[in-house]
Amino acid sequence: MSSDPARNASNASNASDASKRSGASDPARHADATRRLDPARTLDVDALIDDPKTRIVVCCGSGGVGKTTTAAALGLRAAERGRKVVVLTIDPARRLAQSMGIDSLDNVPRRVKSIDGSGTGELHAMMLDMKRTFDEIVEAHADKERASAILNNPFYQSLSAGFAGTQEYMAMEKLGQLRARDEWDLIVVDTPPSRSALDFLDAPKRLGSFLDGKLIRVLMAPAKVGGRAGMKFLNVGMSMMTGALGKLLGGQLLRDVQTFVAAMDTMFGGFRTRADATYRLLQAPGTAFLVVASPERDALREAAYFVERLAADDMPLAGLVLNRVHGSGAAQLSAERALAAAENLDESRIVDQEDGKVGVRSSHEAPGHSPESPESPGGSETADSETVGSETVGSEAQAPSELHDAHPPVAQLTAGLLRLHAERMRLLAREQRTRDRFTALHPEVAVAEVSALPGDVHDLAGLRAIGDRLAAGTDGDPAGAA
Amino acid sequence: MSRLQVVSGKGGTGKTTVAAALALALATEGKRTLLVEVEGRQGIAQLFETEALPYEERKIAVAPGGGEVYALAIDPELALLDYLQMFYKLGGAGRALKKLGAIDFATTVAPGLRDVLLTGKACEAVRRKDKNGRYAYDCVVMDAPPTGRITRFLNVNDEVAGLAKIGPIHNQAQAVMRVLKSPETAVHLVTLLEEMPVQETADGIAELRAAKLPVGRVIVNMVRPALLDEASLELGLEQTPRTAIAKSLSAAGLGGARRGGVAERLVDPLLEQAAEYAERHALERSQRDVLGELGLPLHELPLLAGGMDLAGLYELAKELRKQGIA
Repeated sequence: MSSDPARNASNASNASDASKRSGASDPARHADATRRLDPARTLDVDALIDDPKTRIVVCCGSGGVGKTTTAAALGLRAAERGRKVVVLTIDPARRLAQSMGIDSLDNVPRRVKSIDGSGTGELHAMMLDMKRTFDEIVEAHADKERASAILNNPFYQSLSAGFAGTQEYMAMEKLGQLRARDEWDLIVVDTPPSRSALDFLDAPKRLGSFLDGKLIRVLMAPAKVGGRAGMKFLNVGMSMMTGALGKLLGGQLLRDVQTFVAAMDTMFGGFRTRADATYRLLQAPGTAFLVVASPERDALREAAYFVERLAADDMPLAGLVLNRVHGSGAAQLSAERALAAAENLDESRIVDQEDGKVGVRSSHEAPGHSPESPESPGGSETADSETVGSETVGSEAQAPSELHDAHPPVAQLTAGLLRLHAERMRLLAREQRTRDRFTALHPEVAVAEVSALPGDVHDLAGLRAIGDRLAAGTDGDPAGAA
Repeated sequence: MSRLQVVSGKGGTGKTTVAAALALALATEGKRTLLVEVEGRQGIAQLFETEALPYEERKIAVAPGGGEVYALAIDPELALLDYLQMFYKLGGAGRALKKLGAIDFATTVAPGLRDVLLTGKACEAVRRKDKNGRYAYDCVVMDAPPTGRITRFLNVNDEVAGLAKIGPIHNQAQAVMRVLKSPETAVHLVTLLEEMPVQETADGIAELRAAKLPVGRVIVNMVRPALLDEASLELGLEQTPRTAIAKSLSAAGLGGARRGGVAERLVDPLLEQAAEYAERHALERSQRDVLGELGLPLHELPLLAGGMDLAGLYELAKELRKQGIA
């Protein structure tokens, strides 16, 4: 037995090859199956929105991944499942806003009509008007005279009209207001398309720390610090500072800023408190963050960044919504085989053309028809008229005639279908790779995949379809959900 | 050829990719371009597969024919300190301002100041000349904020000039505006053949025009290849019997065509995919028509099958040159 070690070795190696092969394919298949059926954890969207303890859902993610649509679809679904919901959108596409009846900017939630469901649910929606939100804060926290001084200040007008950070801050402010009214049992928030996806977390703190920071005191130095003897040393430094600022900003702008700051003085404490309260609200147990992404490299990289940042800030992450995932009902047919088959069909068509006739047909064809064949390059019409002929002659001949007489030629169409399928399978593979990279980095994050719709969504029916797909979550074969 | 090329587009349309490809395309034949990033995302570094860019102009690629692409990620804080140093020799005071939070304030909260610094820095690069009086860069390409913010971003100098009615900021803002509103600048918008990005492009163009900012070209990115011709789509899908397709699949070596056969079971899913393709195709055609009505030069870049990488970037640059954009 051991006389032929080489042979044994080769046997062994064959065996190990074989086992490697089957082993390789088994674990691979296994890993594949694991990936497909359980990419990480599956995010159960319905459990999330049905849970009465869930009071706030925040949708965040980079631009163009479908945040607003996801927020609207979640809100609609929750309402149709019986909850009283308000959706706060930041900058919805016009037709989506129209479909929800919130295309007028009045900064107040409007009830959305014609939703289905058990009847106890309600959907309200609003679009954020950041300037008005800012104005309302001022009006609520200052007496009339002071409020109008602030509202008319040119510096304030620019600040509130939407420069860096204001939108993020106001979105969070509005969220705090809606929550405080306690009229809804679920608030779904869309986040602003920030230059940095995380600005909305930072903005409240930033604005808060500016508003009660040292700088404010410097700006107010001429007005306030002036008289105090003990502050004399500081005062020199500060007037030098205001001098520098004045030089930079121009005297008149500095004066505008100073009047603004003086008028806002009483409100600073309030801003800080509110910013802190909103931040704590986001960390509270009733809040769930959903990171939204599409299965593309950039979007998922941003999503990973988000996941890490939310964890660092102790924000409760519910999971990842992966939008526009493609699937195929014919996933058993690989891209390579589909392309090879398409080439087969192309070749047979070339052969057919050389023969002057569609190949499959000639065997069934009455020989007398053959002489017509030379004109066939442009001759699909001829083929067509013959179809009619053959059909009238005998219905038994129908099966073969279907095969070659339909126009445009079936082979060409089929080859096209196969090429389309090959492209789909490649897209699938690419999406899978991108997603796997994310899952490998963050296996703890639950994922809900939303299979792609061929068109855009801009009505309630479309939102409902998205909601269904969201709830279908991950089934590894997203086409099945379609 | 405008020397400042601003590239904007809705989020997710690939504006950074297009900006980078444009910088590369404009650098061919020995030219030198500067690719400027203003949103602090380090998208350029990722695209060119290099480490994060510092706040300094640095060569990141060589174009075919010996041209060079430089890149700069503008950091507004450093740009402000730079600026203070350059114009006011405020070294110490600048540091003190930073300590007080004034720099943070100026670059994050103060109305528009951040945007003034960003556009100001880009315009400075456009106007900069070397000792021999030659422009430092033949062309500056800016990866700008998205379409929804672009007009405000570029126009902020007007607003600031109004807010600060005198003083150096006022002067600076006006100088920048002179460049941005001149034919030296062209603002390009990147879109996809989808409803929302196209709508946003149309809105963005209207806003740019209203603000008298020079609109350049519309670039449709990630255009999918046409895999089924229109005749197949329109006639074939409706008129071809399922059994014929099954037989054809079978003839191509994909199994049995009988009911329940391997080939036969492929027919429904394949037709479903074709129907989706047809729907998308029709949508794309209508969106292309909408874009056609904008009255601007229209360019299309293909969707790269292998995803986006450095080789793909050179491919897109070649495509842009072929289409005469650079």
